[in-house]
Amino acid sequence: MAATAPALASCSGVQSTLDPGGAEATQIATLFWVMTAGGFLIWAFVVALSLYASQWKRKSISERGAGRIIFWGGVVFPVTVLTALLAYALWLMPWLRPFGAEEGTGVRVEVVGSQFWWHVVYRRPDGTSVVSANEIRLPVGERVEFSLESADMIHSFWIPSLGGKMDMIPGRTNRLSLLATRPGTYRGQCAEFCGISHAYMAFPAIAMEPADFEAWLEQRSRPSAGVWAPSAGHDLFMREGCGTCHSVDGTEAGGTQPAGIALGRTPAAGIAGPDLSHVGSRLTIGAGLLANDEEALARFIAHSASIKPGSQMPAYPGLSPDELRAIAAWLKGLQ
Amino acid sequence: MWRLLPRQIESMWTLFTAPVVWAVHFLACYVGAAIFCEKPHLLGGDFNTLRVGIVVLTVMALSMIVISALLAWRQWGFGTGDPPHGDPTRRDRQLFQGYATLLLSGLSFVAVIYTALPVLFITDCIR
Repeated sequence: MAATAPALASCSGVQSTLDPGGAEATQIATLFWVMTAGGFLIWAFVVALSLYASQWKRKSISERGAGRIIFWGGVVFPVTVLTALLAYALWLMPWLRPFGAEEGTGVRVEVVGSQFWWHVVYRRPDGTSVVSANEIRLPVGERVEFSLESADMIHSFWIPSLGGKMDMIPGRTNRLSLLATRPGTYRGQCAEFCGISHAYMAFPAIAMEPADFEAWLEQRSRPSAGVWAPSAGHDLFMREGCGTCHSVDGTEAGGTQPAGIALGRTPAAGIAGPDLSHVGSRLTIGAGLLANDEEALARFIAHSASIKPGSQMPAYPGLSPDELRAIAAWLKGLQ
Repeated sequence: MWRLLPRQIESMWTLFTAPVVWAVHFLACYVGAAIFCEKPHLLGGDFNTLRVGIVVLTVMALSMIVISALLAWRQWGFGTGDPPHGDPTRRDRQLFQGYATLLLSGLSFVAVIYTALPVLFITDCIR
């Protein structure tokens, strides 16, 4: 029982293909169960046959009979099963990549993978866009098309509960289409080893009711009210040059300075660090790593690499605890 | 009917005919589809032209493999003797090679069908 616990635990939760919350994941889960059941039946049959041959069979069969068994069991049967499985998987493929006719009707989401975070841009049908990072939101019941790129090396975009994975390859734009069917908070994870904090490159994926999603986008398309709240944090944020890499709507923090190139980013990506316009309302800090509260924000600012090895954000040992708290409080206020 | 077939020759090369047809068919399908999807104007036509082209190639490849199998069947004495053909004689060597060629032809036949199977389901480069 104890041995099966990890296996059973992996059948549900926020990051399981076997507990699908989307149309593509449902298809993949069905494929998995069909393969598993089929594999088990064949395995049981082969074991029964070998038991029969070694234990229960009384007399040997003729050479002609043996030839027939080899022909039917060793040639016809595997060819039939493999043909059926291949046809089923191929038949499934267009369903997993349903692009084409209905293009341009819904929200398109562009995601750029970087060591070790995600730049996210929501392109709305009316031509406007909303920039975010390290969190994906999508409407339930509406097909969302993702454009996937990479700023440095190969990453892979995977929300197991919603669908299959798709690589993000430098110099290429890969496409992925997802249809969430069940509201909920799921977890996405980089699925291609990309450096020492690869395992910490995750994100929450939130499937919302379409009306809530629209309201969320509408709110995110304007600067957060917290930007103008009187705070020492804002001034410290600017003084320390945080805005060189991080953009914050409504401030002079652009986040698209050449520092991005200095950090090895491609100019095309035009981004050096995660957008922080509404960082206070995100569920996590550090790309799915810590719960989003002021303490975690302060810790991350002080020395991000101690939480996330290989993080390209510099440490700020010169900031006093009070200063860190002030910046964290201002950021947390960016709702 | 057997007069239509070429004279039987004794060479190891006949053993590889079917796998070579399989390999050439595989390359033609994949290289053709890759070029078509990356540079559609180079080859012309739409995706269905590509699918029909692959079907034609597949029928040709399967026909060649069937001919190779028929020749192999003749070399094997039309199945009159049973394997393993293990004696150190010229006749057994021939029968063994015919039998092996026949099996390889069967494998290549199935493989060519598997290579071509996606054209039944895939209707677009990005899908």
